[in-house]
Amino acid sequence: MVHSDLVVELRNVRKTFGPALAVDDLSFSVAEGEIVGLLGANGAGKTTSIHMLLGLITPSAGTINIFGKDLERHRIDILQQANFASAYQFLPWNLKVWENLFVFSEIYRVKNGKKKINELLDMFELSHMRDRITGALSAGEQTRLNLCKSLLNDPRLLLLDEPTASLDPDQADKVRKIIASLQRETGMTVINTSHNMIDVHELCGRILFMQKGRIIAEGGADEIMQRYGSESLEDVFIRIARTPIVEKLESELAKN
Amino acid sequence: MIKFGFVCARNTFRAMDVFFWPVMDLLVWGFLSVYMLKVSNAVPALITMLIGATIMWNVLMRAQQLISVSFLDDLWSRNLLNIFAAPIRVSEYVTAAYLMGFIQAVLVILVLSVLANIFYSFNLFSIGLPLAFLFANLLLMGWSLGLVTTALILRWGPPAEALAWAIPFLVQPVCAVFYPVSVLPLWLQPVAYWVPAAHVFEGMRQILQTGHLDQSRLWCALGLNILYMVIAALVFRHLFQEARQRGYLAKYGT
Ligand SMILES: Nc1ncnc2c1ncn2[C@@H]1O[C@H](COP(=O)(O)OP(=O)(O)OP(=O)(O)O)[C@@H](O)[C@H]1O
Ligand SMILES: [Mg+2]
Repeated sequence: MVHSDLVVELRNVRKTFGPALAVDDLSFSVAEGEIVGLLGANGAGKTTSIHMLLGLITPSAGTINIFGKDLERHRIDILQQANFASAYQFLPWNLKVWENLFVFSEIYRVKNGKKKINELLDMFELSHMRDRITGALSAGEQTRLNLCKSLLNDPRLLLLDEPTASLDPDQADKVRKIIASLQRETGMTVINTSHNMIDVHELCGRILFMQKGRIIAEGGADEIMQRYGSESLEDVFIRIARTPIVEKLESELAKN
Repeated sequence: MIKFGFVCARNTFRAMDVFFWPVMDLLVWGFLSVYMLKVSNAVPALITMLIGATIMWNVLMRAQQLISVSFLDDLWSRNLLNIFAAPIRVSEYVTAAYLMGFIQAVLVILVLSVLANIFYSFNLFSIGLPLAFLFANLLLMGWSLGLVTTALILRWGPPAEALAWAIPFLVQPVCAVFYPVSVLPLWLQPVAYWVPAAHVFEGMRQILQTGHLDQSRLWCALGLNILYMVIAALVFRHLFQEARQRGYLAKYGT
């Protein structure tokens, strides 16, 4: 069954690293234009899932379809229309800021690359750094540079791994607004992991809560808060994180 | 490919590396051979052979090094993940590295032969057309070695990084760079005949000594090289897939 409006579709995806289980029977789908948040404690399998969506890690089992195509078979096609940024992944330190962006604009075959680079640098307030060596940028500046890189090709699918992790509250707020407005403009689909509940609340229309490689709760932020009878997402997060077996929590909730 | 251009242009330290070691190599071996000529009645041909061998050895080594070191560069600058999350085929990545390896090998042979001409009035190009075949075979072998080195680093990570520099010296003894295969212990000689570079260096000595080249040597080297290129590509593909399974592309990048 192929849904043309499903941008991402994971079916029973599992990933083990030797004896370690990183992702366990993960199934979800994301429709065109959605902003979905992947939440979960450290080690829940968020980054692994993102990397599998990029084809950097091959699943041990299950299938991943993106844009209705099998990821393994159409990797290059798919990656051409996708992009990725992480707060922990830097561009080569020994190149200048604009050189790095130029290299990736060539790799993604961006038309009018120079113009696009300038627009993006402006957008993320990095224009004055364009001739700096990338390694000399602060963590937050590099994070924003990564975001520039991730938007070079006007991706149809944008994967973000803790995009605001090293940003100050002001910049984090700006980045959220940029992503939200770009999303409205272009209709791109965003999957976003974060430990910042403001990110999730403000940005994500739907949340997937992961624990030990599985999705254990799903829905809009308010819906989830209501379901767990919590005042805030932070609260829900802590409750889920501190419950060793989630089925127990669910059944407890069902009893009440 | 443009990326490698930038990296090379930016990285002046690397530029040093490209020429520093080959030039030092040439000087040491060159002066050693001049000295040998003085103290003993070594044949002058020995000098030309040593100098020629030094230059050609550096061709092989540079081709190998560029491929594995530029990979290390991506690894150390945490760029691997960005690269392989981009629409770049692995074959494109490897081709770009091959191309840069080729360019570097050409630069090295040009610079060294000019220097050898100045210091020791040795003209490598007197070999003539066969030089191109010798060069090509060393380049091919350098590529294969570089690709296998890269695959090993990809699979075994940081502990294997030193291989980038060690591999050429691991194979050097059986490449018969500075001496004929016949001086190797008997049990090693058959091994050497499986090494394309050994045929190349034997061939080079033959030309420098006799002025003509046994064609079969070149075909032998070429055949072996093609075999090894295929093996190297298969090894790389296999270890690359394994790295994807083990999550190494993402992990070493982080
Ligand atoms: N290459 C690997 N080899 C072995 N185990 C791995 C590898 N990558 C991840 N893991 C394990 O898989 C699990 C999931 O890791 P992952 O990085 O996906 O977590 P995460 O949800 O992103 O956590 P965080 O919030 O800390 O970023 C962890 O237990 C981790 O130790
Ligand atoms: Mg993570």
